[in-house]
Amino acid sequence: MTQLTIAPGVSRQLKNHVSIGQTVQNSFSMAYRGLLKIRRTPEQLIDVTLQPIIFTLMFTYIFGGAIAGSVQDYLPSLIPGILVQTVITTSVVTGVQLREDMDKGVFDRFKSLPIARIAPLAGALLADTVRYAIATTLTFTMGFIIGYRPEGGIGFVIVAGLLVIACSWAISWIFAFFGVIARSASSVQGISFLVLFPLTFLSNAFVPVDTLPVFLQWFVNINPVSHLVTAVRDLANTGAWTSDAWISLLGAAVIVAIFAPLTVRAYMKKA
Amino acid sequence: MSASHAQDWAVEAHGLVKVFGDNRAVDGVDLSVRTGTVYGVLGPNGAGKTTTIRMLATLLKPDGGEATVFGHDVRREPQVVRQLIGVTGQYASVDETLSATENLVLFSRLNGLSRADSKRKSAELLEEFGLAEAAKRPLKNFSGGMRRRLDLAASLISQPPLIFLDEPTTGLDPRTRSQMWDTIRRLVATGSTVLLTTQYLDEADQLADRIAVIDRGIVVAEGTADDLKHSVGSASLLLKLVDAGNLERARFAILDVLGVEAVLSPEAGRITAPMSDPDTITDLLIRLREDGIAVAELAVQQPTLDEVFLALTGHTATEEEETDAPLDASGAPATKELEDAR
Repeated sequence: MTQLTIAPGVSRQLKNHVSIGQTVQNSFSMAYRGLLKIRRTPEQLIDVTLQPIIFTLMFTYIFGGAIAGSVQDYLPSLIPGILVQTVITTSVVTGVQLREDMDKGVFDRFKSLPIARIAPLAGALLADTVRYAIATTLTFTMGFIIGYRPEGGIGFVIVAGLLVIACSWAISWIFAFFGVIARSASSVQGISFLVLFPLTFLSNAFVPVDTLPVFLQWFVNINPVSHLVTAVRDLANTGAWTSDAWISLLGAAVIVAIFAPLTVRAYMKKA
Repeated sequence: MSASHAQDWAVEAHGLVKVFGDNRAVDGVDLSVRTGTVYGVLGPNGAGKTTTIRMLATLLKPDGGEATVFGHDVRREPQVVRQLIGVTGQYASVDETLSATENLVLFSRLNGLSRADSKRKSAELLEEFGLAEAAKRPLKNFSGGMRRRLDLAASLISQPPLIFLDEPTTGLDPRTRSQMWDTIRRLVATGSTVLLTTQYLDEADQLADRIAVIDRGIVVAEGTADDLKHSVGSASLLLKLVDAGNLERARFAILDVLGVEAVLSPEAGRITAPMSDPDTITDLLIRLREDGIAVAELAVQQPTLDEVFLALTGHTATEEEETDAPLDASGAPATKELEDAR
């Protein structure tokens, strides 16, 4: 330590704002931390590995006959639905883990560093896209094993997967917001599922919309989750990028535009 | 504010206030820390030490008053202040799930170092803090002392000119504690300014150039350790006699020579007397020899900071610690200070 000499505080060149470049770099550093954490505690991945497998099997064999006449006929409409539902459910865990993380001492250090304020949140959320990717891959794989053969081909299946991951990342800002304002991790889970269940089940993910009562159809049709499910179906089954895909992306952008600033502000207030 | 003024003062705080609900955790604290010195903030649990530090380190927004770090306002220029400080918290602010190296590399990257520089810097710091062997192990298996050292190492990555240490040795064993003290002394030798909080009176006495005694959110006294001791009163003379039967005669001799009333503790064969002028002791010793009173032990005692604290606040620091003892024993963190931190 003796070989170091500390530059005096007043002689340093300092600025009070963070550039966009630095914000991106800080966020990626924080995402790197998230990835290291996933590697160190692989048990965290249990939900994203087991849920796609169990849900796909259960829904296919329970509802397949009732809704589409046969399991095979149900798969092209179910797999995209279950994919969206699974990955969005996974994004709830993001909020829960963020809450747990923020209660730890290390967040104090992040706050005391001259980094972009949004970086600890953005990075954590960014790292979680790896979890979404795992869930996406497993759902498609499970579908394939049961007999789902997407007509759109592997390229469009990948595009569909990326679309779901991007939208789930956007939605995870909602749960991140709950994560920041909630008192405890378990209450985050509680509030989040309250939002999540209507959003995913009141959609066209599992059943054709025309079987629903009229007042429900109205909600299902404006539900962004329905648009995302439709977009994924179109991409995977017919290889077409439809207006639903644009609407999904627009919805995702709107969610980020609203919830990212809200979340960061709440986070700063707690600081 | 002129540049030379900012150069002199690392921290200046005036009337800092922080209110949590109806608890005025910090109630008008003034602090001035000269660049290149160690400043100790001394007080019992819940006195407002941590809250004060968190406000100065931009982790908490003050509800009143103002504070500058090297002339930069903590509220208006937080990002500048963050580039000038390192913070080591009471609870290790490192990532438990990562290894020591991964922690330091992450913090280096966040401090703007390149990938290669981050690796080199981390290796350097681990070596310096005696953690090189444990570099790859997960932090779960680290002892309290190792965690604290890693925490401090992480604070030093950017070589900040001002370092906040919040109770750096609380909960450490005596050996690790004195190692920590050495580290802090070396830091100051390189030109850093250190602001530390402590509830250990001897720690402030050992390390700090100046001390602020804080109690219930206000500074009750400020000065050097000697100033504080002097403000409480004179030193005292301690005598132990070979033959306890001579105690009464010795007391009379003290009254005669020093002109003060001594306190006897017959069972220990000891006499304590307040002493203003050390020079008069020679006279007393000659008188005792003439009277044939043999002295077994003789000591001059400066007042301890414990006595200072008692005199200033009406209660001792240790009293408060004892009330918290059951909590500490059960392994729970000191609740008071936790509330303090919120």
